[in-house]
Amino acid sequence: MRRAFFAALCAVTALPLGAVEWHVGPGQRFERIRDALTAAAAGDTVTVHGGVYREGNLSVDKPVTLVGVGWPRLDGEDRVEVLTITASGVTVRGFEIVRGGAGSLHDLAGIKVASASRVTVEDNRVFGCSFGIYFSKARDGVARRNEIRGTPVGEQENGNGIHAWSCERLVFSDNTVDRHRDGIYLEFVSDSHIERNRVTGNLRYGLHFMSAHRNVYRENHFIRNGAGVAVMYSREVTMEANRFSHSWGSAAYGLLLKDLTDSRIRGNVFERNSIAVTIQSSTRMVFEGNQLRANGWALQVESSSTDNLYSKNNFVGNAFDVTTNGELELNRFEGNYWDRAELYDLDRDGVGDVPHRPLSLFAKLVDRVPAALLLLRSPLVHFLDRAERIFPTLTPDKLLDPHPVMRPHPL
Amino acid sequence: MMLRIVKYVAIEILRGRIALAYAGFLLVASLGLFNLGGDTAKALVGLLSLVLMIVPLVSLVFATTHFYNTQEFVELLAAQPLPRTTILLAQMIGVMLALAAALLVGIAVPVLLYAGTVTGLTLIAVALLLTAVFTALAFVAAVLARDKARGIGAALLIWFYFGLLHDGVTLYVLFLLEDFPLEGISLTLLALNPIDLGRVLVLLQMDVSALMGYTGAMLKDLLGTGTGKLFATLVLGAWIALPVGAAVWIFRRKDL
Repeated sequence: MRRAFFAALCAVTALPLGAVEWHVGPGQRFERIRDALTAAAAGDTVTVHGGVYREGNLSVDKPVTLVGVGWPRLDGEDRVEVLTITASGVTVRGFEIVRGGAGSLHDLAGIKVASASRVTVEDNRVFGCSFGIYFSKARDGVARRNEIRGTPVGEQENGNGIHAWSCERLVFSDNTVDRHRDGIYLEFVSDSHIERNRVTGNLRYGLHFMSAHRNVYRENHFIRNGAGVAVMYSREVTMEANRFSHSWGSAAYGLLLKDLTDSRIRGNVFERNSIAVTIQSSTRMVFEGNQLRANGWALQVESSSTDNLYSKNNFVGNAFDVTTNGELELNRFEGNYWDRAELYDLDRDGVGDVPHRPLSLFAKLVDRVPAALLLLRSPLVHFLDRAERIFPTLTPDKLLDPHPVMRPHPL
Repeated sequence: MMLRIVKYVAIEILRGRIALAYAGFLLVASLGLFNLGGDTAKALVGLLSLVLMIVPLVSLVFATTHFYNTQEFVELLAAQPLPRTTILLAQMIGVMLALAAALLVGIAVPVLLYAGTVTGLTLIAVALLLTAVFTALAFVAAVLARDKARGIGAALLIWFYFGLLHDGVTLYVLFLLEDFPLEGISLTLLALNPIDLGRVLVLLQMDVSALMGYTGAMLKDLLGTGTGKLFATLVLGAWIALPVGAAVWIFRRKDL
């Protein structure tokens, strides 16, 4: 009672001074964050000192700045959503948020931003929550430098590291997301920037977006995620300088593009994936200056993809460079480096004088009967491929790179 | 007594120029591969192709020629109170040991120097096993054919079949039966060719294995596990034991 009175007194006396800093922690003015939040007014700062806080669900419904000092731990005890932000202009910084509950009816998160604009979530640790950081119907939100780590129990029980649904102009940068279902998930999110995140070891996709238009993905690392990165039903996507690696497995790929239009995939590195890039029903795409190294299949293009340009990429040390189920007549390959191309360059302009056919007969055979993979690196296969290159009969004769380069592009 | 003949045969071969040339060629080739690209994984793949081609060929041709060239020695031994089994086994083991020694110099030393990994060791083991398999097969051809030209011809045919034709057969069968579950069939086809078995054993050690998607997963499940490797080694063992047995069986009944 006395404390509440004190708080009220503080609140009253502080009002005329503008923004006020409220301290929470053992030996501080408040022992519970909830009380400080009640006392705080718009524009105030609530500073939470180190310690463990088990206060159930905390709702932030006014524009305050929540700052943790000495990693205060907010414990959801596997029951509740830890922090729910419903006011615009909130900043949350420096908290360790653990054991957020999982809901079967609603998605519960470590930190949820619901229908609020200009919310910044930065420098937090979110451990063992179902969903890590969750933006729903939010605009201009920022999540940066957060460390998010899940405890994977299964695709159904486990949520996504960073999840955004129906948002605009978000920025997710410099986060690390580990061991969730999807690392970063975007649905109906537009005009957003996803940059320099490190997304590893997630059960399903490192990055997953659907119907997310005009977004930019730059310099992210997607490593050892179950199925890789899947992007679907989106327009005007830019993916630059990302690294996709170590997606090994029967249905795993570095990057899956499905129904993507007018997009640019540029300067990315794909290394050691079962399938580096698989492209389905995508149109008017530019795939340029990427490095595809030591993958099983480098490019798997379904014939439903049209008007795509693949240029200036490096194909090095892949078991198969290109495979397809059709003719790929409407896809163009131009000026790529193919390490297995047999070229000569009499005029010494750096461009091979003969075209290169990237689709090998063996790739085609394996596509039909996967068990034929048994014969990988068999001399017979080598001879067959050779013969086919000279007289293409089974592989589409229009599928070629007319101007393959002699040396790898510097990337 | 057998040991003495083995020793005699092996030393006699190693003194000759052919074993030396064989070791030298392998040594130059593997050193070249390792120093060329700088990437040891790539070099190992190259070396694998070389080993799978050259080792069976040399083992077959060398063992058959050796058998015919030492015919008089064999007849001399047969005149002694020695069981024929001992004579032929000693010959075979002698040849195997000599070729293995050449392999150790030509392949094992550079591999251990540049790529002493599990992959490298598997490659060496496969090369040694293939030497034994094809030496044994060569002796079968040699004891069957009295004529030297025919014997060597048969040896070359064996090489051609396992090196190339069998893969064609495999491909054909797989396409013929593409609608059926192919695990058992592909494993059987694999087991029927020691060269394929060796190739897959080494490839499974490399990164290449994981690329194979679900087929690779299947192969890895079948052969990549401890029991799988044991199975593959046992099959290769059978590929040595059966021809050795056959050659001895025929030789014992043969009119020298």
